[in-house]
Amino acid sequence: MSSYNIIDHEYDVVVLGAGGSGLRAAVGLSEAGLKTACISKVFPTRSHTSAAQGGISAALGNMGEDDWRWHMYDTVKGADWLGDQDSIEYLCKEAPKAVLELEKYGVPFSRTDEGKIYQRPFGGMTKNYGNGIVQRTCAAADRTGHAILHTLYGQALKHNTEFFIEYFALDLLMKDGECKGLIAWNLNDGTIHRFRAHTVIIATGGYGKVYYSATSAHTCTGDGNAMVLRAGLPLQDMEFVQFHPTGIYGHGTLISEGVRGEGGYLVNSKGERFMERYAPNAKDLASRDVVSRSMSIEINEGRGVGKDQDHVHLHLSHLDKSVIENRLPGITEAARLFANVDVTKEPIPVVPTVHYNMGGIPTNYKAEVLTVNGSEKTVPGLMAIGEAACVSVHGANRLGSNSLIDLVVFGRAAAKRAAELIKPGAPHEEIPETETQKCLDRFDKLRNAQGDNSTAELRLAMQKTMQSKCAVFRTEKNLEEGVNEIRKTYESMDSISVKDRSLVFNTDLVETLEFDNLIRQAVTTVDSAYHRKESRGAHAREDYPNRDDKKFMQHTLAWCDGKDTKITYRPVHNSTLTNEVQYFPPQERVY
Amino acid sequence: MAQISLPKNSEVNKGKYFKDKTGSKNIRKVNVYRWDPSTEENPRIDTYEVDMDNCPSKVLDILNKIKNEIDPTLAYRRSCAHGVCGSCAMNMGGKNGLACTKPHAEIDGDIDIYPLPHLKVKRDLIGDLDGLYKQYQSIEPWLKNNSSKDTTEIFQSKEDRAKLDGAYECIMCACCSTSCPSYWWNGDKYLGPAVLLQAYRWIVDSRDDERKARLKKVADELKLYRCHTILNCTSACPKGLNPAKAIAEIKKMLATANV
Repeated sequence: MSSYNIIDHEYDVVVLGAGGSGLRAAVGLSEAGLKTACISKVFPTRSHTSAAQGGISAALGNMGEDDWRWHMYDTVKGADWLGDQDSIEYLCKEAPKAVLELEKYGVPFSRTDEGKIYQRPFGGMTKNYGNGIVQRTCAAADRTGHAILHTLYGQALKHNTEFFIEYFALDLLMKDGECKGLIAWNLNDGTIHRFRAHTVIIATGGYGKVYYSATSAHTCTGDGNAMVLRAGLPLQDMEFVQFHPTGIYGHGTLISEGVRGEGGYLVNSKGERFMERYAPNAKDLASRDVVSRSMSIEINEGRGVGKDQDHVHLHLSHLDKSVIENRLPGITEAARLFANVDVTKEPIPVVPTVHYNMGGIPTNYKAEVLTVNGSEKTVPGLMAIGEAACVSVHGANRLGSNSLIDLVVFGRAAAKRAAELIKPGAPHEEIPETETQKCLDRFDKLRNAQGDNSTAELRLAMQKTMQSKCAVFRTEKNLEEGVNEIRKTYESMDSISVKDRSLVFNTDLVETLEFDNLIRQAVTTVDSAYHRKESRGAHAREDYPNRDDKKFMQHTLAWCDGKDTKITYRPVHNSTLTNEVQYFPPQERVY
Repeated sequence: MAQISLPKNSEVNKGKYFKDKTGSKNIRKVNVYRWDPSTEENPRIDTYEVDMDNCPSKVLDILNKIKNEIDPTLAYRRSCAHGVCGSCAMNMGGKNGLACTKPHAEIDGDIDIYPLPHLKVKRDLIGDLDGLYKQYQSIEPWLKNNSSKDTTEIFQSKEDRAKLDGAYECIMCACCSTSCPSYWWNGDKYLGPAVLLQAYRWIVDSRDDERKARLKKVADELKLYRCHTILNCTSACPKGLNPAKAIAEIKKMLATANV
C-alpha cells in the first residue's frame, strides 16, 4: 500500500483544464458566486486553444445575410448526420451571443470597413442551406485562438478565479456512480492534493498524441477522457478522428483553413486544382474529411508532389500581398520556420494531419455527462466541455471554426447548469478512502516502475500503430491488425520503466502517466473503428464505402478497462430543441 | 571592500557525461543545466553527445531526443512545438528564445542550454515565472468598457484595430523580461518589457474607457521608468515584437498627455 501525505481542498466546482472551454466555464462559475478551482497541468495561456488559427463561427451576418439555421444545417451536414440536432441547435443559436460576449471581453477581432467583426469564408459554411458560400468565421487575423485564450485568462483574473497551475490530475473520486472530486499531483513541490467538489467539469481537450503526426501539442493527451474510462464510464464516437488537410509536410504544424478561405488552393504534381473534381461546388472549401480523402487519393494514385510523391502543394502566392500580411501573418511565419517557404513566392508542402477528436465524453447540451446503464442517464457531479466532450455537435466530422465556438458556448452552458444545480457552500459528503488509495496505488506503481521498456519507446509504438492502422482510409484487415497490435503495446506496459525518482517536475513520470492515458484511448479508438462497418464523415471504410443509416445512425459507446472494451450504441437524437427550426432529415452529402 | 557571500548551492558543478552510443560520425555536444530541489546537491552541467544525423532542425528536437533516447530525467517545459504557446522559452547558446523555433544550426560549437536567466529555478530548465504572472495580473489585462448595452458589439475602426498589432501577439514567454538587466536587478518592482507591452496593449485599445487610469497606474519610477532603453527585450523577442517601442510610447503618452 502506498502512503502519501494528502492536502485536502473543498470547492463548489472544480474545473479541470484551463483552455478556452475551461476558462469560459470558470469565469461563469465565479460570476455565479460558486467557489471555483481551476486546475491545469500547464499555465493557462500555454493551452492548445492558443494554436487555433482561422476563427470562430457565428451567424452574425456582418458580411452579408446569415441565419443561425443555415449554420445549423451546415453543421448537421458536416457531421454527416451523426450530430445530435438539439445540441447543434443550441450551439448555433447561442453562437452570436457568445462571440459578442468575447468581443466585450476584449478579443482583438479583425475589423470590416464599418468597424464590425471581420468574418471569412470557411470549409462547409454556406448560405441558404447549401446554396453558395457565406462569410461566417470571425477572425483575429490568423491567431484567433491565441487572442481568445489570452482574453479569457484576463477575464478569469478579473473574477479572481483560483488557479492550481502545473498540477497533474490523476483520477476522479467516485461514489455510487456520482463524481465527488478528484486527486491531483502538484508538480511544483511534489505534493498530492484531494479536491472535493459538488461538480467536476472536465475540460482537458483532445488526445491527438495517440498518433505519430498530429497538429496537436505534446500536452494533448486526453487526460480527462482516460480518467472517465478509469471511473467505469464510457467514451463516445472515438473512431471519428479528424485529419486536417493542411499540416506542414514532415513537421505537422497546422496551416489554417483560413488560407483556403482567403483564396488559397491545393495543387497536385500535374499542377491541377484537383478539388474541382471531388467537390465541384465548394472545391477547396469542402468539409475537411472530404478534402483530406481527396488529397489521400491523389497521393495514392501517384499524383503527389516531392521526392516521394507523398504530399501536395498549397498555393497562396497569387493572393494580394496585403491579404497575406494582414490576414495570414501567423501562417507566413510558420511556413518560413517549419517548411522554409516564402509564401509570397512558393507553395507550402502539406499533407492530411491528425487534428481533432470528434469523440470524447458523452454529454447533453447542458454539458452533463451521460452514461447508459439500462437506460440513458446523467452522471451526477460530472460535466465535460470542449474537445474532451462529445455533445455531440460535431458528429462524424467537425467543420472548421466550429471548435472555438463549441468551447465558449458549452463552457458557458456548463457554468449556467452548475449554478442551477449547486447551492454555494453546501457541505461535502465523505468519500471512502478506498478511492484515494486506488488512485495512489496506480500512481505509486508507475512512479516506481523498473521494467525494460522506456515510455518513449512504447509511445512511439502506439503512435506508429495508430498512424498506419487507423488513418484516413480504413479496412477490416487493417483495423484488425490495429486492434491486436495496440494490445501488444498495452501489455508491454507491464514492464515500463520510469528513471526519474523525484516528485518535483518529474516529467518522466508525467509522460508515463500521459502514456497510460493515451493507450487506453488508442484501444478505444481502434476498437470503435473496427466495429463501425460503414463510412461516415471522418471514418472512411474502403470495405464499407457507404453510409448505413439503418444500422449506424447511432453513437458508439465504448467502455475500456485497460485492454478489454465493451461497445454498445445509442441512437442519435432525431429532434430539435425547439420549434424554431425543423429536424434536418439525412440526405446524401455532396459539396 | 564589501564581501558578497553567495549561497552554498549557487556554485554550478561539472555533471555527468553521456557518451554517444549510436556510433554516429555527426555528433554535437550539448551542455545542459541540471538541478533538482528535492536533492541536497548543487546544480550541475550535464553533457550529452547527440547524433545529429537523426535529429530534426530545432533545439527542442535535441531536448526531445535526449529525453526520449538518452536521459528521461531531464525536465523542461514544452507544448505546442510551433512557437505559439510560449512554454519552451530558455537560454540557448547565450540567447533567450523558444526551443521549438530556434534552429540549432544557428549555434556554433557546443550547444549550451540554460533556464531563462535570473529566475529562480524550479528544476533543470524550468524557471519560476510566478512573479511575472502576478505583475501581469497587476496591470488588469481585461477590457474596461462602460457601455451598458449587452447585445451589440463595440465598433472599432480598422485603423484603431491596427494599433493593437505588434502587442496582442505576445505569447508571454518571458524571453524579453529575463533578458533585461534592469529587470534582473529590480524584477520585484519594475514591471519589465513583457508586462509593459501588455499594459500598452490595453492602453491603446480604442474600446477601453480607462486609458488615463491605466497610464497613471504604470507612471511610476520603478514600475515603468526602470526601463533604460537597453533594447535587449526587442532583440530577444522570438515573435519579432518590439516591447522597447511600446515602453517608449507609454513614456511619450505620459510626457504629452495630461494624466
